[in-house]
Order: sequence, then C-alpha cells, then structure tokens
Amino acid sequence: MLALFITVPFFSILFFNLPFLSYFRRAITAWAYVLFCAQIALALRLFSPDFLNIFTARVFFNFNIALDNLSLIILLSSAIVLFVTLVIATYMIDSERKRFNFVNLLLFTQAGLNGLCLARDMFSLYIFLEIVAITSYILIVFDKDIKALSAAFKYVILSTVASVLLVASIALILLLSGDTQFSVIHNAISAQTPNLMIMFSVALFVCATFIKAGVVPFHGWLPEVYSHSPAAVSVLFAGIISKALGIYTLMRIVNDVFGPNIHVNSALLFIGMVSIVIGALAALVQKDFKKMLGFSSISQIGYIILGIGSGSALGFAGAAFHIFNHAIFKSLLFVNSAAIESRTRTTHMHELGGLSKVMPITGLTSVFAFVSAAGLPPLAGFWSKLLIVMALILSGHPVYAILAIVLSALTLAYLLSMQRLVFFGKLNERFSKIKEAEFGFSLAAIILAAIIIVTGLLYPFVLGKFILPLASSGVFK
Amino acid sequence: MNLNIAILIILIMAALWTTMTRSLLRSAIGLAAMSLVLSIIMFRLNSNLAAVFELSVCAGLIPVLFVSTISLTHPLTKQEVMQHMKDRIRRFWYLPFIIVAVGIALSLVTVKLSIKLPPHEIEKNVRTLLWNERPLYLAGQIIVLLIGAFSVVILFKESGKDER
Repeated sequence: MLALFITVPFFSILFFNLPFLSYFRRAITAWAYVLFCAQIALALRLFSPDFLNIFTARVFFNFNIALDNLSLIILLSSAIVLFVTLVIATYMIDSERKRFNFVNLLLFTQAGLNGLCLARDMFSLYIFLEIVAITSYILIVFDKDIKALSAAFKYVILSTVASVLLVASIALILLLSGDTQFSVIHNAISAQTPNLMIMFSVALFVCATFIKAGVVPFHGWLPEVYSHSPAAVSVLFAGIISKALGIYTLMRIVNDVFGPNIHVNSALLFIGMVSIVIGALAALVQKDFKKMLGFSSISQIGYIILGIGSGSALGFAGAAFHIFNHAIFKSLLFVNSAAIESRTRTTHMHELGGLSKVMPITGLTSVFAFVSAAGLPPLAGFWSKLLIVMALILSGHPVYAILAIVLSALTLAYLLSMQRLVFFGKLNERFSKIKEAEFGFSLAAIILAAIIIVTGLLYPFVLGKFILPLASSGVFK
Repeated sequence: MNLNIAILIILIMAALWTTMTRSLLRSAIGLAAMSLVLSIIMFRLNSNLAAVFELSVCAGLIPVLFVSTISLTHPLTKQEVMQHMKDRIRRFWYLPFIIVAVGIALSLVTVKLSIKLPPHEIEKNVRTLLWNERPLYLAGQIIVLLIGAFSVVILFKESGKDER
C-alpha cells in the first residue's frame, strides 16, 4: 500500500491528461489540494507504529519500498511545502493552461519526492532523484524568463555532474556488493576491511549530495535559482527540493548503507562549518531579499550537515528535525517575499521599508520565521539547533558546538538587517497605498507561522513522538 | 593496436564531436554515435542486455526525441553559429588535451585494491528480474519518460502557441 504514495500522483497525471477527459482538467488543482492534504494527514497518522504495520502490507507488486520516521519527516515536509506552493501558484498564474501544466509538474514532483523517501535500493533512489531534478529544471524556467533560463542552465550542468558522480558511486558499490539494495550493500561493506574503493565510492556519493544540496563549495547554482525562479518555485526549492535531493539522500545513505565513519564525519563537520560561515557572511551583504534568503539556506544547511557529522543518534535526529523546521520557516520567508513582490514588483531591500504598516500579516508572520530561523527560543528552530549543539558536545566536538552557537549571531545579524530594511523603519512613499497581499499569500503565511509556533510550544510532544524514534533507527539501533 | 583501445578512442572522439560540433542536430547525431560505440563495448563485455538497451534507447529513442525537440526551436543564422563555435573553441580548447593527459596518467597508475568481490551471480531471467523483483525501476523509468515528453510540450509546443 505504500506504493500509493507514488502511484496515486502518477495516475492522477495520466487521468487528467487523457484527451477525451479534457473537461475534467479544471478539477486538477482541487485534486492536487486533496492529495497534498491527504499526504499530510497520512504522514502524521503513520507515525503511529500500529497504523504503519497495517499500511505497509504488500499489495500486488513488490516495489521494495519501506517507511521509517526519517522518510515520514520528509513526506510530511514535502506535502506541506507542495500545498503552500500550490496556494501561491493558484494566485500567481493567471492562464488556466499554464496553471494546469504547473499542477502537473507539482504532481510529478510529489511522485518523485515520495519515491525518493520510500526507495530502499540505490538505483531506485537515483531514478527518483532524477525525476525530481528534471521536474525542477522545468519549474525554474516555467515563466521563460531569461535570468531563470541562465540559472536553470547552471543548475542543470552542476546537477548533471552530481548525477555522474552518483552513477559512478553506484557502479563501484554494485561491483563490491553485487546488488543495489541497501541491506545487501550494508552487509557487503561491513564484511570488508575499509579500503580505497569503498572510501572513493563514499566520497563520490557525498560530493554528489553536496552539489544537489548546494553546500559550500558547490553552492554556485543555489542563490541564482532561488532568486530568479518564479515565486512559487522558489518556495518549493527552498522548502524541500534541495533538502530532499541533497541532505535526505546523504542521511539515508549514512543511516542505511555506509554507517557513521570517522573520516566522513570529520569532513562533514568541516564542510558544515564552512557552509554556515560563508552562507551567513554572503547573506549579510546581499541587497536582494530572495538572494539573501538563498545564502541563508546555505548557512542553515550547514547546521544540518553539522548534526549529521556529529556521528551520533542525537545529531542525526536534530538534523532531521532541522530539515523540517527549515522547510517551514524558509518557505514562510519565501511566501513573504512573494507577497511583497506581488505588491511592490521589487525584492530589492533598499527600495523597501516599513512594509509591516501596510502589509501587517506579511510583517507579523515574517517575525515568526525570523525568530525560528535565528534559533531564538521558544520557536521550532531553536529546539532543532539546540539538539544539534547538544549532539556536538556529547560526541566530543565542543569547538564545533561553540562555533555553531557563536555563528548564530551572524544569522541573527542578517535576519535583523532584513527585518529592518523590509518591514520596519520609514515606509517608502511609493508603497504607501499598497494593501495586504491577496488572501492566498496570507493563508499560506498564517498556516506556516502556526506550524512554527505549534512545533515550538509543543516541543516535548514533538520530540517524543516524531524526533527521538529517529535516533533508534538504522545504524543507530 | 588493441581493438579495445581503438574502440575507446572512437568513443572519446564521438564524445568530443558531440560537445564541440557547431549545430545541435549534429550534436544529437554525435550522441547517437557515442551510444552505438558504447553498446559495442557492452557487447564485448558480455553485457548483452545492457547493450541492447543502450542501442535501442540511447542510440535510438533519445536522439529521436532530441531531433524532434530541436525541430521545434528557432535555428541560429550561419554567422551566429560560427560565432558560437569560435567562442566554444576559445573557451574549451584545452578539453581534448586534459582528456588525453588524464587517460595517459590513468594508464600509468596501478592501484592495488584488496577487495573481496561477491561471487558471480547466475544471470536471471529479465522478465523475472524487472517485473517481479524490481518493478520500481520500470515505474521510475516510465515516469522519467513522461516528464521528458511533458517538458517538451511545456517548453516548446506551448511556447509556440503563446507566440501565435
């Protein structure tokens, strides 16, 4: 029954594209809302082990797919971000034909992301990774804007390099283990003494995931894609795509296949720290709102990598939690940016100012996103960063822990600067007559802000129910 | 010269032709030629099934998709093509040298790996393998093909409609 996560979006696309059913095409947006909401509800329900056992019963085909808490966190995050993307797209795309195409692409993305989460086989993982990547290229250039085309070209080239590295890594692993299933590879690698070939295949795989995630020094594509894509696509990219393709894949492979390794962990800690510093420093000097958010993502991804690099179960759980939190607060910031862009037609921060007076909902919700992103208590972002810092201390990396805390000041600095330039201070006269963004933007922003608040305030419940079970799965059993 | 080395040189030349040639159409043909040579290598390595797939999909279907997509684009003028070609050669003149240098360097390096390779598996029936054991591969590939077709429609065909 797990296969439904892949087959339902896929068959929905087929159904709505049948030539003699063109009358039903208008219903595709409503159907996509139903699918995304159903996935949110199902993902929340599946955290209960009893329901999971019933749901994972095999029907018809043996797809070799499985579900655990890490998959569920990505399934939940992706459904929320897809829902918000659809809300924004509904308001931003006027043409019915274009909206139909966009929703089709979102359903492809849903099928791809779900397949990625459920795959327990290297080759399937690669196929679904490519499904999401190909869909992403099309989504970036959806408006056929010349800057977006240039950004997409850069992304295609780097992403193709990542794919080549992935395939090379899979080929080496296949040679070593004779199979592509996670469990078989794990046993084969465990039976060998660590050698150059295993290290090389791990290095290739890790580099590929870094490119897909936009981690320093492979981050060249990320700010451009985030800032030049259509607003709804920026939300999707910043919210889930780069995290799922890069970070989730890395976590899955570390958890199920390679296991924690001291050399890999050291490299992860170093790269994570460099990403935090470079991302935050670059964000500090940006003048464009969306570009600043892009660099901020690089910095936040650094925290997630630090969590994985700690090599402990707690760090792993903290990293997964931060993926979810980052998906929510970064999506919210991009929704805010889309709302501002829809009203002011600019994202240049020095042209804006005092917007919370005329766009109160956008202004207020951005404060929640800012507090969570900066890691201030009591909102969600604080708790995930706390878990990561605790994991670093407990795993014997106090220097990295101290640096992570100190560098939070940089995050606070660029986010405060953004708040001051965009939402507070003197209102630019040009924008004195604008009104709050359309209902869809406000609705999306309120939903995301509510998730941030609820996750933060109900932290003990969230930790016990969703996050800590992660620490007792895979290689951390 | 060893036949394998000759085939590999042809493969590299086809790859260089694909990346350096002046028109997209020739590039697509170069890609088909490259896949053809690759399938010959696969046949020689006794991977008959992979070779047949490579020949039918990569040397057959994909170039057809490329050519049909290229036919939907606006061709460049002869001057633009020449300029583009010159730019590309100016920017990437060193690529063939790097490839040759890496090839020579790799042929000189001998790495001793102490790895235990798994026992050779008895070749399974393709139908059993793909349909019973790995249906997700098939499902994934079908989705990839559909996205490809869908992307061409969105980016090129719909674009034509917008312009009209």
